Amino acid sequence: MENFSLSYLNPIWPELFLAVAGMVLLVVGVLRGNSSTRFICVGAMAAFVGALFLMAGQEITNEPILNEMFIQNNFTFFMKMLVVGGLITSLALSVQYLYQDNIIKFEYPILVLFSGVGMMLMISANDMLSLYMGLELQSLALYVLATIKRDHAKSAESGMKYFVLGAISSGMLLFGISLVYGFTGSTNFDVIGTTLATELSLGAVIGFVFILSALAFKISAVPFHMWTPDVYEGAPTSVTALFALVPKVAAIALIIRLLFVPFAALSDQWFQIMWLLAFLSMAVGAFAALRQDNIKRLMAYSSISNVGFALIGIVAGGETGVSAVLVYLTLYMIMTAGVFGIIMCMRRDGVGLENISDLSGLSKNAPWLAYPLAILMFSISGIPPLAGFFSKFVIFQAAIESGLYTLAVFGILTSVVAAYYYLRIIKVMFFDEALDKFESSIEFSRKIIIVLSVFVTVAFIFNPSPLIEISKLAVQDLF
Amino acid sequence: MELFVIGLPHYLTLAAMLFTLGIFGIFLNRKNVIVILMCIELMLLAVNINFVAFSSYLGDMTGQVFTVFILTVAAAEAAIGLAILVVLFRTKGTIAVEDISSMKG
Repeated sequence: MENFSLSYLNPIWPELFLAVAGMVLLVVGVLRGNSSTRFICVGAMAAFVGALFLMAGQEITNEPILNEMFIQNNFTFFMKMLVVGGLITSLALSVQYLYQDNIIKFEYPILVLFSGVGMMLMISANDMLSLYMGLELQSLALYVLATIKRDHAKSAESGMKYFVLGAISSGMLLFGISLVYGFTGSTNFDVIGTTLATELSLGAVIGFVFILSALAFKISAVPFHMWTPDVYEGAPTSVTALFALVPKVAAIALIIRLLFVPFAALSDQWFQIMWLLAFLSMAVGAFAALRQDNIKRLMAYSSISNVGFALIGIVAGGETGVSAVLVYLTLYMIMTAGVFGIIMCMRRDGVGLENISDLSGLSKNAPWLAYPLAILMFSISGIPPLAGFFSKFVIFQAAIESGLYTLAVFGILTSVVAAYYYLRIIKVMFFDEALDKFESSIEFSRKIIIVLSVFVTVAFIFNPSPLIEISKLAVQDLF
Repeated sequence: MELFVIGLPHYLTLAAMLFTLGIFGIFLNRKNVIVILMCIELMLLAVNINFVAFSSYLGDMTGQVFTVFILTVAAAEAAIGLAILVVLFRTKGTIAVEDISSMKG
């Protein structure tokens, strides 16, 4: 420690910058009160943009850093960029919503910021300890965000459900970590990996299964999905958008790192578990969504089935499989951002609306909302030539290449079932009786996000190779 | 007297039992949310026993460092849990588990 220098902190500057920015904004908020909410939202977005630049300026070494607690490579770089991008998008979507829905609380952007720090730390974790601390920082901030509409019973209820199930999952994660630690003698990913490669102990396998089921909670893979629909429905829509966009991406990144680095030797064991998780998630996501009337609940089941598709890529494994997951997650994030931007525009007489029937006849009242939503719904259901078709295509291609025929065929069947409820929204918008108009004031940033999301969805076909190339490059460091 | 030496398996069994009690307490409890918070603490403390036992068995400090971190995070988690509980009680006027079910499907 005697020759400590600031340059040791270089690799972790973006996270440190965000943490310090969060604390500075917190002080500003405390001094200026809730009237500074808009300023703090902008400040938090600026901090995220700053973190993006700091990350872009970093040297990527693929070496463990800070006493081997963290690692920095192309994969973590790609995932962190994705997560920070998602956080900026969700904050940009939130600002107007917070004011319209009277959740003017300066803590909101600060909590988003801290959850972002947690996600970035857990993506680059190279030790069970840093994994746990990152995961908890993220989850604790998100529990509070779900409850942020304090005078609203549904929001409080969703926060409670999220908290209890999240706490169970972190308990299971810790129990698993303790077993893995006991039977391999270390919490470091690389040491665990080499120990397991030489000798496989039953205790470590049991611990690993605990860890995996805890992370399945976080990505809401069936059978650990019970909290998702309730939390999505109860939380304020801006928080739902955040939940749909970001934490799952971070958790999937974590799962990928765990499966292919420390637990690569257990691939026979995790193959079956992930196969089952993917299968069940696709099935439940498709069939349970059929009878939903609330569009936020519908998006919850949609995200469950999409997690199922992403897991197919992990089961397929190898560079093709994992890079397909990255492509899938990126495109899913872009499409979901647009969908939630439009859901937030569903307001009449100062009240946010959530039922699919409220969209009735939207194409006559507000074609500038109906057509983008129709395009996004076509895309999510996987109709060519839109981006959603490509994301499913690369996943199924990877599945076929690794001989997972059952999973691929079943995935295509469930996406046909899922197409029914996506297309039902289009039918309601274009062929049902028109209702009263929505409030027409849409903030500039929300318009930008909707337009960008639709643009990428439509234009992806013209130049799909950059994203596919980048994701191939990103996963090389894993193997 | 060999029979009465308490070793690693005993600690692991105790931790596993406490952990299972915690999980069952959460899922079988139909009365009160506070009991759920207590069960969560029980799970985390069971994990701590595991960590300390392994740490002493392996002669490695990492496990005990981990325990200190878990205790800290558990305190933060309990604070947030109780805060959410207060919000819930203010909006609903009850903290009975069966009343937290306005959303279904």
